[in-house]
Amino acid sequence: MKPAAFDYVRAEHLDEVLDVLGREGGDARILAGGQSLMAMMNMRLAKPRTLIDIMHLPELARIERKGGTITVGAGVRQASLLAWPELGRSLQLAALALPWTGHVQTRSRGTVCGSIAHADPSAELPLVLQALGGEVHLRSAKRRRRVAAKDFFAGMMATARVDDELIEAVTFPVVQKRCAFREVARRHGDFAIVACAVVETADGVRLAVGGVADMPAARDFPRLEGSALDDALNGFAYELDARDDVHATARYRRDLVRMIGRDLVREVLQ
Amino acid sequence: MSRLQAGRRHSVRFSLNGKPCAGEAEPRLLLTDFLRHQIGVTGTHVGCEHGVCGACTVSIDGRPARACLTLAVQIDGSEVRTVESLAPSPDRLGILQSAFKRNHALQCGFCTAGILISLDCFLREHPNPDEEGIRDLLCGHLCRCTGYTPIVRAAIEAAAELADQGKEKTDA
Repeated sequence: MKPAAFDYVRAEHLDEVLDVLGREGGDARILAGGQSLMAMMNMRLAKPRTLIDIMHLPELARIERKGGTITVGAGVRQASLLAWPELGRSLQLAALALPWTGHVQTRSRGTVCGSIAHADPSAELPLVLQALGGEVHLRSAKRRRRVAAKDFFAGMMATARVDDELIEAVTFPVVQKRCAFREVARRHGDFAIVACAVVETADGVRLAVGGVADMPAARDFPRLEGSALDDALNGFAYELDARDDVHATARYRRDLVRMIGRDLVREVLQ
Repeated sequence: MSRLQAGRRHSVRFSLNGKPCAGEAEPRLLLTDFLRHQIGVTGTHVGCEHGVCGACTVSIDGRPARACLTLAVQIDGSEVRTVESLAPSPDRLGILQSAFKRNHALQCGFCTAGILISLDCFLREHPNPDEEGIRDLLCGHLCRCTGYTPIVRAAIEAAAELADQGKEKTDA
């Protein structure tokens, strides 16, 4: 299908973006890479009256490492982050997960912040943000605030962003610990049936799971092995409130959490 | 800041297959429909219109992208290449196209334009591709006829031929 009619605003300054968002609020949507939003608009699931294109703002297209964090601006495309020379050293989990994010043909335009703004429960980048305990930088004409990943995702494609706010950037902490990522999908690059990320912590691991609940969920586990690990993963899998859909049953999803979770935890703790 | 109003046509200037091109588009017009109906280049196909099937893939500033998830007004100032750019003349096929023909890498041909553009972009960046890389690229396309194996074979053959051609050029 085709999108409903809208005004298209090509912003050249950040103030213009915040001004239009402030005046038009929920009737306006930010257009970055468009790889989620345009699909929603083509299906008429989204009908914004105004689209604000932010891809002509060089200040939003930066990846910066400052101390212990990496800031990825709203205009940074997924392909650009994947090609960032420091990615493997500083943000290994993203380096592992990005090749699973859509396809070459969508990563070329899709942005990192756009995927997080869309907050699809199966998407990889929200999962990475949740697993690493990153932050979302929100900005409106009136205020700026930072929201932790655990407070940002509010449900199926729902977030803590309010209508006049732009996601200006996201920050990921640099984690020099072992990590692992794996997902199961019908076709490589499709939305995950289950995606798991594991990061080593001071006293064990953190397991984050996408595709199961209505938002990415993370849980810290102490160092466990054998049946104690299986029991802990089983408990977590049940608490995730898995759903049935056309791709997989809730039971299959729990199975995947148990199996992929166990493999990744062993991989990280070995 | 420029605000292009809904329901009105706005000028879009871009480069199409290496030549300057211009047209008019309402903000809601997708790049697929703009290319096919306004500009008149119909090689780019329209499949799912939500970014999944890959039939509409074109090159935007050198990278393969979904034309169905791109607005015509977004490509103002960009370089767009479509499947029409691959043949050196109307009566001759390009190297990649010839390899597809030899290997039966297409049957109905609906997905082919998008796959050719993806592979063309890919082979420019990866002149010595392995099968895994090609299959990863093809994940972004649906082909319901071939089972992909002949497409992979054609891509590997075309890469070898392009590499030979490159050598000839450097030797000369």
